[in-house]
Amino acid sequence: MSAGQLPRWVDYGLIPFLNLVAAFLVSGLVVILIGENPLDAVKVLIWGSVGYAEGFGFTLFYATNFIFTGLAVAVAFHAGLFNIGGEGQAYIGGLGVAFACLALDQYVPWYVILPFAIVGSAVAGAAWAFIPAWLQAKRGSHVVITTIMFNYISFSLMVYLLANVLKKPGSMQPETRTFEEAGRLPFLNDLFPSFGFGYAPVNLSLFVALAACVLVWLLIWRTKLGYEIRSFGANATAAVYAGISPVRTIIITMLISGGLAGMMAINEIMGSQHRLLIDFVTGYGFVGIAVALMGRAHPVGIILASILFGMLYQGGAELSFEMPNITRDMIIVIQGLVILFAGALEHMFRPTIVRLFTPSRALAAKEA
Amino acid sequence: MFESIILILDSTVRVSTPLLLACLAGLYSERSGVVDIGLEGKMLGAAFGAGAVAYLTANAWLGLLAGIAVSIGLGLLHGFASITNRGNQIVSGVAINFLAAGLTALLGQTWFRQGGRTPSLPEGGRFREIVWPFAEQLRDVPVIGPLYSELLSGHNLLVYCAFLAVPLTWWVLFRSRFGLRLRAVGENPAAVDTAGISVTWLRYRAVIACGALCGFAGSYLSIAAGSGFGVNMTAGQGFMALAALIFAKWRPVNAMFACLLFGFLDASGTRMQGVEFPVIGELPLQVFQALPYVLTVILLAGFIGKAIPPKAAGVPYLKERS
Repeated sequence: MSAGQLPRWVDYGLIPFLNLVAAFLVSGLVVILIGENPLDAVKVLIWGSVGYAEGFGFTLFYATNFIFTGLAVAVAFHAGLFNIGGEGQAYIGGLGVAFACLALDQYVPWYVILPFAIVGSAVAGAAWAFIPAWLQAKRGSHVVITTIMFNYISFSLMVYLLANVLKKPGSMQPETRTFEEAGRLPFLNDLFPSFGFGYAPVNLSLFVALAACVLVWLLIWRTKLGYEIRSFGANATAAVYAGISPVRTIIITMLISGGLAGMMAINEIMGSQHRLLIDFVTGYGFVGIAVALMGRAHPVGIILASILFGMLYQGGAELSFEMPNITRDMIIVIQGLVILFAGALEHMFRPTIVRLFTPSRALAAKEA
Repeated sequence: MFESIILILDSTVRVSTPLLLACLAGLYSERSGVVDIGLEGKMLGAAFGAGAVAYLTANAWLGLLAGIAVSIGLGLLHGFASITNRGNQIVSGVAINFLAAGLTALLGQTWFRQGGRTPSLPEGGRFREIVWPFAEQLRDVPVIGPLYSELLSGHNLLVYCAFLAVPLTWWVLFRSRFGLRLRAVGENPAAVDTAGISVTWLRYRAVIACGALCGFAGSYLSIAAGSGFGVNMTAGQGFMALAALIFAKWRPVNAMFACLLFGFLDASGTRMQGVEFPVIGELPLQVFQALPYVLTVILLAGFIGKAIPPKAAGVPYLKERS
């Protein structure tokens, strides 16, 4: 039952769609369980997330975060690596953004700071992925475990740094000073007032995210390094036999992955919060796993999945206003179900579908 | 000085208990070849189930049963995804963590309307401290007194369960037929299959054992150490248990020492605030919080012995069809 037996549209369209439908059906059951009408809930969710310009602006803002963390997980997937440390890498990435903004915002405008912020966040995120990468490559310590450990180490490190080192003098809040105007990315609402995004914090980093998608696509499918990454992921033994260095591939892939996760901080810190603060990642790193799974580790799929999860975040917030019984925790449940059905149970419907799509004659011939 | 050491050790035992229970839970699962990063979610689900039922029935035992049932339910879901459907075990674990975090808060709010918490437990809904015989009389005896009446006596039932589970787990794993097969299926499932033993059923039993122990761990938090469930009350302890499991190299007695060490770091961290150490000076609280993870990474790097996981861990077993 290999993937080759199914038409591509079934493999990349129908099966993910069925998984998603299953996840939403179970979510609907949860809504019924807490005594609300799931159809009404869906109406509120869709209206709140794409029904009006400001809501859609929020959807795009969340989607920007998911694109970065989703790409991070996806790149690692291609090399057969599971980077579960996006959470910590994005958190540390915030340091890179904050350093660039704090150091430069009194001297130069934002478009000069942005490249430094991008490089800073990517370097910081990549640095946080380096030790797990090195341990996996050189010592064979499983990258899943080490990246989990590094998530927790990053939480402690950031609390310490923010509370003791980076804190604004005289303030009790564990956060840096607010960036000057020049340290903030323009909101899309200021650039294109006619769209009417209102107070939605969607900002220029959306375009950085889209550019990252193009670059990741080029990297994975159009460069020698991408070929090495995919070969290594498909069959590590064969890749090594073909002369691909496992150490180099693992480390470089994880650095790219960590860098992408770190870049999430551009949207959140330079684009919206305008200061470095505690716990700004709040699960985006973990949700990146769901995004990458749903998007089949392809940039186009990741953009679509990110918009879907952005809709869930924004629509879920609306939902908790309209139907107070459905708290924001419902989004976490839906995410869990999507990860379960699109990820862990992705093969559940496959045997049935393979049977449906295999002509009976071919089946008979195989059995004979 | 002696008094404060006893106090630190006493809270070490309390902090280590849920870690130890969850760590042993993970041990069963991972030894059978099913990687489980959903310990956190199962603990959280169990804490909620126990807190809710103990509140409604005012019976700690029913609470514990409910906690175990929730946790085994989540464990079976993990089994269904990773054993029956041969899905990715890491992804399944992540999904369970999400589901537990979301559902407990959501249902808690729907049922009890206290922001996701369960109400404070009534009398009888909690496991109380058990005072050992003569604990009061011996209290004033030097050395032995504090050791006996502070450190050994005065914990709740689940604490003693956790430490009794260590020799029990050792016996099951290394002295029983089930344990032998369990370890075999984690190293070489094909060989177990060839011997005519069902890989699937063995792994399911391991996942159920894991769920049961996680149920104890979660219940401990909400109806023994605490009085009711609080949103996200596990706060990463499931992951710390996972770290302890690796630190213990997947061995039960080592697991106990690893959990005691991590518990000790936690217990002493809060007490070491403002204490000047020679040479290094005062250590921030975060150092103690991060230390268990740092130690585990150093171990994984191979600088303190070498942690070698069960060979088939994380690999779904595909029975060959002719």
